[in-house]
Amino acid sequence: MTRGPLEGVRILDFTWAWAGPQATLLLALLGAEVIKVESRRRLDHTRLRSLMTGPTMTSPDHSVIFNDLNVGKLSLTLNLSQPKAVEIAKRVAQISDVVTQNMRPGVMDRLGLGYDDLKAVKPDIIMLSSSAVGASGPERTYTGYAPTFAAMGGHAYITGHPDGPPMPLSGAVDLRVGTTSAFAILAALYYRARTGKGQHIDLSSTEAVSALIGHVFMDYRMSGRAQTRAGNRDQTMAPHNCYPCQGDNRWVTIAVVCDEEWDALRRAVGDSRLEDERFADPSSRWQNQKALDQLIGEWTSSHSQEEVTQALQKAGVAAMPVLDGPALIQDAHLRARGVLEPLQHPAIGERLTLSPPWRFSHTPARIRHPGPLLGGHNQYVLGGLLGMSSEEIESLVAEEVVY
Amino acid sequence: MTETALAGLKVLEYCQMISGPYCGKLLADLGAEVIKVEEPPAGDAARTRGPFPKDIPHPEKSGLFLYLNTNKLGITLDPRTTAGRQVFQRLAEQADVLIEDRPPGEMADLGLDYAALSAVNPRLIFTSITPFGQTGPYRDYKSYHLNLYHASGHSSFFYVAPKEKRNEPPVVAGGEVGDYDGGLAAAVATLAALFSRLTTGQGQHIDISKFEALLALERVVVARFANTPEPPDWPGMVGGLLPCQDGHVVITAVQEHQWQALMELMGNPAWAQDEKCRDETTRSQHRDEIQPLLEEWMAQHPKEELYHKGQNFGVPIGPVRTSAEIANWPQARQRGFFAELDHPQAGTLEYPTAAYRMSETPWWGERAAPLLGEHNEQVYCGRLGYSREQLDRMAADGTI
Repeated sequence: MTRGPLEGVRILDFTWAWAGPQATLLLALLGAEVIKVESRRRLDHTRLRSLMTGPTMTSPDHSVIFNDLNVGKLSLTLNLSQPKAVEIAKRVAQISDVVTQNMRPGVMDRLGLGYDDLKAVKPDIIMLSSSAVGASGPERTYTGYAPTFAAMGGHAYITGHPDGPPMPLSGAVDLRVGTTSAFAILAALYYRARTGKGQHIDLSSTEAVSALIGHVFMDYRMSGRAQTRAGNRDQTMAPHNCYPCQGDNRWVTIAVVCDEEWDALRRAVGDSRLEDERFADPSSRWQNQKALDQLIGEWTSSHSQEEVTQALQKAGVAAMPVLDGPALIQDAHLRARGVLEPLQHPAIGERLTLSPPWRFSHTPARIRHPGPLLGGHNQYVLGGLLGMSSEEIESLVAEEVVY
Repeated sequence: MTETALAGLKVLEYCQMISGPYCGKLLADLGAEVIKVEEPPAGDAARTRGPFPKDIPHPEKSGLFLYLNTNKLGITLDPRTTAGRQVFQRLAEQADVLIEDRPPGEMADLGLDYAALSAVNPRLIFTSITPFGQTGPYRDYKSYHLNLYHASGHSSFFYVAPKEKRNEPPVVAGGEVGDYDGGLAAAVATLAALFSRLTTGQGQHIDISKFEALLALERVVVARFANTPEPPDWPGMVGGLLPCQDGHVVITAVQEHQWQALMELMGNPAWAQDEKCRDETTRSQHRDEIQPLLEEWMAQHPKEELYHKGQNFGVPIGPVRTSAEIANWPQARQRGFFAELDHPQAGTLEYPTAAYRMSETPWWGERAAPLLGEHNEQVYCGRLGYSREQLDRMAADGTI
């Protein structure tokens, strides 16, 4: 079996919800062994709630959201309100390379599992703490979720139609934060491999949002301008919009950056009104984009998304259909690249899951197994890794330490 | 002397605009030596895109270019010339990582694809970033941020999809975030490959599709449609975006204790005792009745007051902030999220740094973005051993 790039790396994972699990999901896809610590006393709420994707789950093993965010991980149930469970967690930390957590700043310290506690048992441990606004500063105890990160990081304000409200972005924001965490952990792993030094990483989810739209802040610093919502319009490109196509709620995007693309678009559309002076150069096209959008929209309306896309791509113009969920899963390109793969889950059954978003030529990332059943790897971790006897494990279960 | 996480790592970046340069920036900001190759005469197209001070275009003053190219060395080089191709190959021989964003097939046409460069440098990590990846029916499609973002479903996935609004086009996210996402995905994969190389000594090729990088950020919703072709409409969460006295706040009171905290913030209104407010499911079912009650109350309070008061009650609440408000936000400032960098043409400006505070290896503000060809002499004479005369000749014949 081919090895993933992070083969041999072990991660003790205390994260829950979306952003933290995305970070360790990526590392698991890359080949790391991720041991997720959970407890019946404090379930990852994605095991229970799925308002967004269907009925509320009756069993923690049946949540499809949990599965999608935790494929390839192992589950260890530890009730951290018990000192014995904390000691076991420390023993696992001792044989791990990375510890991740996204509890409110201060909680892990109170549990005796803060960076200093873990460093004492594993001097070169790497610990990632992900929180709403960071583990330092006057607001460090404040909490949030994806929509508040997007709001406070500046992204919601600049997303939406010019005459409409800001757009409260959601799930993708958490996964952006998690991807940022994965990057920081990888940098720390690389550093440790060469120097032997571990470290603590304090990540602010809100700052992660701001960093991914960084030039917007440059605009403010250079010109004192706070950018606002521009819908689908661009600061210089025109045409640059969504245009209606045949069918119910079907749209195509077209974006033109230079005269060469404009000429190609004009030829493809074949409307003599596009020869007008008003559209002669990029700046006049931008000035007159409303009229321009009207004419292009007339043309797209009489064609399907596919017709417009193929005609324009053939001419060298950037055009793509706006795809929604049902269209995406039928998409020929994604199928050809095997972006959805079937995965057999012991409780849920067969489920299509998104494959890793990178293609490595030598060390492929892959989904090694479905999301874990609650406590599904207690025996492996406690017995296999820590060498506990069956009697020991049984008594820990009876005491609700392993719970 | 500050230690950096990626000290000693040599990266060659042959990319423009956002995705590739952001990947290079993430590595450069942690101490990697990133040599950015720009084609003469104009260089990276980001230099022609704003924001510019006072909206006056200037190739050394683009806020987009300045942000995305911090801590890099900049050289000019045209790999399409025979001499330029040879120079590029010599640079790649000395590099740990090459990041490139040319359309699929173009590096092969230049004789600079993974097959060619790994033959002279088997340890090379060769990261390709394109809109749709190196294979598949769309591999040659042209796509800008607008096209990719909408194609990847993100604009159709805003979880409340009001049917009455379906004559209004979906809207792209601001700040060209999807292009940043492609760069971030590439940086994750590149570091993973470097980590793997520490034990194997083996380089490899990485194929990044920006389309798939975006898709991966909606993995839950994509899987939902893949497995349930017609999932039930979700009525939406009570709360979410709410107008207030001076703008908007976002409230995500998803857990029971958070909803209770919200009610406390609002002075425990009588209607909260109603059966409709019993739990998340009932509240969601009666969203149309409950939401206006929240709006009515929020409208009487300013967003920053709601934020601090609400958070003190335990409500996950956040104000919708402008870039100006964030630039002056005490929390981010105290954490040192913004750092000043001095640039010979653009002057001293405050830049966003990174979301991670690494206790041993901090974000590195060594230098601002390079001027076009600023490090030609340093790289060509110092690194590759060309003489000044050779450099002049290469400049005269358009190689650099």
